[in-house]
Amino acid sequence: MRSSEPGFGVYVHWPFCKAKCPYCDFNSHVRHAPVDAMSFAEGLVRELSWFGERTQKREVASIFFGGGTPSLMPPAAVAHVLDAIAKLWPLSPEAEVTLEANPTSVEAGNFAGYRSAGVNRVSVGVQALDAEDLKALGRQHSVEEALAAFRLAARIFPRVSFDLIYARPGQTREAWTAELARALAEQQGHMSLYQLTIEEGTRYADLYAAGKLIVPDEETGADLYDITQELTAQAGLNAYEVSNHALPGHESRHNLIYWRYGDYAGVGPGAHSRIGQGSDRFALSTERHPETWRARVAADGHAVVEETRIETADQAAEYLLMGLRIADGIDLARYRQLSGRSPAHLAELTEMGLVSLRGDRLIATHAGRRVLNAVISQLAA
Amino acid sequence: MTDLRHIRNFSIIAHIDHGKSTLADRLIQLCGAVSDREMVDQILDSMDLERERGITIKANTVRLDYTAKSGEKYVLNLIDTPGHVDFAYEVSRSLAACEGSLLVVDASQGVEAQTLANVYQAINNNHEIIPVLNKVDLPAAEPARIRQQIEDVIGLDASDAVEISAKTGLGVPDVLEAIVNRLPAPKGDRSAPLKALLVDSWYDPYLGVVVLLRIVDGEIRKGQKIKLMSTGASYQVERVGISRPKREMVDKLGPGEIGFFTAAIKQVADTRVGDTVTDERNPATTPLPGFKPAQPVVFAGFFPVDAARFEDLRDAMGKLRLNDASFSFEMETSAALGFGFRCGFLGLLHLEIIRERIEREFNVDVITTAPSVIYKVNLNDGSQIELHNPVDLPDANHITSIEEPWIEATILVPDEYLGSILKLCEDRRGRQKQLTYAGTRAMVVYDLPLNEVVFDFYDRLKSVSRGYASFDYKMVGYEEGDLVRMGILVNAEAVDALAMIVHRGRAEQRGRVMCEKLKELIPRHMFQIPIQAAIGGKIVARETLSALRKDVTAKCYGGDITRKRKLLDKQKEGKKKMRQFGKVEIPQEAFIAALKMDEN
Repeated sequence: MRSSEPGFGVYVHWPFCKAKCPYCDFNSHVRHAPVDAMSFAEGLVRELSWFGERTQKREVASIFFGGGTPSLMPPAAVAHVLDAIAKLWPLSPEAEVTLEANPTSVEAGNFAGYRSAGVNRVSVGVQALDAEDLKALGRQHSVEEALAAFRLAARIFPRVSFDLIYARPGQTREAWTAELARALAEQQGHMSLYQLTIEEGTRYADLYAAGKLIVPDEETGADLYDITQELTAQAGLNAYEVSNHALPGHESRHNLIYWRYGDYAGVGPGAHSRIGQGSDRFALSTERHPETWRARVAADGHAVVEETRIETADQAAEYLLMGLRIADGIDLARYRQLSGRSPAHLAELTEMGLVSLRGDRLIATHAGRRVLNAVISQLAA
Repeated sequence: MTDLRHIRNFSIIAHIDHGKSTLADRLIQLCGAVSDREMVDQILDSMDLERERGITIKANTVRLDYTAKSGEKYVLNLIDTPGHVDFAYEVSRSLAACEGSLLVVDASQGVEAQTLANVYQAINNNHEIIPVLNKVDLPAAEPARIRQQIEDVIGLDASDAVEISAKTGLGVPDVLEAIVNRLPAPKGDRSAPLKALLVDSWYDPYLGVVVLLRIVDGEIRKGQKIKLMSTGASYQVERVGISRPKREMVDKLGPGEIGFFTAAIKQVADTRVGDTVTDERNPATTPLPGFKPAQPVVFAGFFPVDAARFEDLRDAMGKLRLNDASFSFEMETSAALGFGFRCGFLGLLHLEIIRERIEREFNVDVITTAPSVIYKVNLNDGSQIELHNPVDLPDANHITSIEEPWIEATILVPDEYLGSILKLCEDRRGRQKQLTYAGTRAMVVYDLPLNEVVFDFYDRLKSVSRGYASFDYKMVGYEEGDLVRMGILVNAEAVDALAMIVHRGRAEQRGRVMCEKLKELIPRHMFQIPIQAAIGGKIVARETLSALRKDVTAKCYGGDITRKRKLLDKQKEGKKKMRQFGKVEIPQEAFIAALKMDEN
């Protein structure tokens, strides 16, 4: 990571999926009739210009297509959106343009088109290297299909991420060690390795509540986490964030904007933004329902349904929540400026080896990162 | 004023849920004392808590005008008595104010221990008792069997028991006829000096302290100077009235009548239940028998969950005390919990009621410490101290002996649960005194140390008998015991609020259960926490709460920030409900739940 300046990013949400994955709590919708993709792309472009006016002249360091399943977008739609962004803002010559992709053979067919449209990084949701587990996770691809798609992506795009979910129901330490080793042999410099989380409102949450879904306990979860840290480190990947590992230079610049608590404009159904204006900072979010969102954008030029000024004390809490997730931690001066005080329990947490100071930066240690929620709750107390 | 011949004073004795309040409601309705529009269920229970829990806390009266079938007009005074063992003394005074009782028994469930205790009190007060079988309309009703049970268990002739359904009103007119025909009229001398029984008192925001009384001899009038015989305090009567249950002022009350007066009395504590009210210039020579000053038997610390609300808690307790002289409190400080109050109660239910009222009516969340009985501690220098708080126990080498209060418990239970009940009593150091059967039900009488009962005896009793056992007790005196103070250490620091006095033979088990319970209730921290129970320097039980190993959100991106921050805010709110002890945060529930120990 060259600089700790967050920069400014643009997030584009594509809300459609072929099927809803039982663990996913993102804003995703399944449509049985064909989606009129270009009308949604048009909506995205209109909403982008609304945000463009509010964030004039900021240089765009990163663009991210998330979802939903953005790899269901026709390449022409992606191109339309990227062209609009390039007209609205000055684009950094090194701008990262990421698209999240599901590794089905159909979607892999779009890869070349995305590349021509300007996408230079894909994040491939392989999720598991086990046929049974892929089925349980509700994925629409096989292990072989996923690996083929990933290899294709690696040939087409300069940077790719290999994404997996672990601590799945029934997963043992041995099974994860073997699976991760296999994935490490495939990866091309970046891996997102997420521990399965039971999120409210998902099908998994219902099953879990009904006792029909047993996930590894805290002890096993902790061991799986440690195994993950160990194996990725051995492969030379830095744990630059809690669940993200990369060779130097391969970090996701876009996600670093979030973790460095920078500004970003989010367009599309249910997208969130953080936008600074002078000394104020605003949180915006848009209408979640896709068709309603499209209608609102058509009528008003945007579908922002919530806009709140974030109190500086809340900004401090958000900075802490995001910043301690990454390896270079937070800038204490910036924290103090926002919260009006230093983080609490610093000496105690340092003594326990959970945080450390590097110059004026506060960093969560490996041990601290594993219990980061508890650490943050102490620091914010 | 009514002539004695046309007055009937009565109370209703019943177990919880056997229909006392419903019958009272029907009687009031039949006599037209309350219009249908004003009718609410359980008219006499004025507190929400009373209505909800179906228990009566304060005595209440209602005066009914009843024209009998004979055509004669009667005045009926119904005294609604508190219905729980904690308030046994209050019950006895309410009963002393009447000549008769209705004994209401559920026609399917039969006689319960509480009914038994109260009916014996009524018999001691020379009451004429009319058995009333309620809920006879239900399919499970067995009036013949229950009639027999009343005769077997209580020894009361139940052949002319009145069969009713208070809910539908069936048979209720017969109850009224039985009251006028079978209960005796009160006796009294109108020309004698005033002599009246102080039945209860409460604080009314408009009238000040209102005193409920039963006139025995003489009259009480507006403007009269009266004296309370136990304290010698005099007051000038401002108002005299009756309750229908709406208050109605009258000029005077005479023998046999029940009503109230106000007299610029400042606090309820100045009036003592069971005291005798007399005329100041022409006093009665002897007070009425049976007066006892209120004595708290259970003590516990009350601390505000949010330390900043100490003054609010003080204010709430002061206001409750205005209306409840049997509840006492004084300031206490605890290393664990900060500023709070040591409070005295008549029993555990009383404690719970006060706590619930503080939380509900005053919105102050309260941490309750282990309830303790009063121990008498004999010291080497020959002196004796009364111990209300385990923390105050002097060093062991200054103590010769410790005495603890014992009770006599009467338990009624279907015989299939008898074994579990006997085991429970034996486990709690009980000594069996009596075991008799009436049909398929057993009655056991045990002497038990009160300190074994104040924890969770009642809950355990209910759970081992699936709710079928009923229980009543009376104090029998003090006895020396092999008692020690058991302290609880969390992360090597003593938590004074969790200290308790226990019998040496029970210490290890109690300690183990306590440590296990705390291990469940204290959330994991970033470090390992030993939880120990100790007597003096000796550890008798130990548990280890292991360190939190993993607690980190896997995914956190742009859209999640607000949500995650709100979660953090919520956590902060939750922390306010925790007490910091050394490096350990102990949640409020740990203090309460750790004391409700299920030993199985």
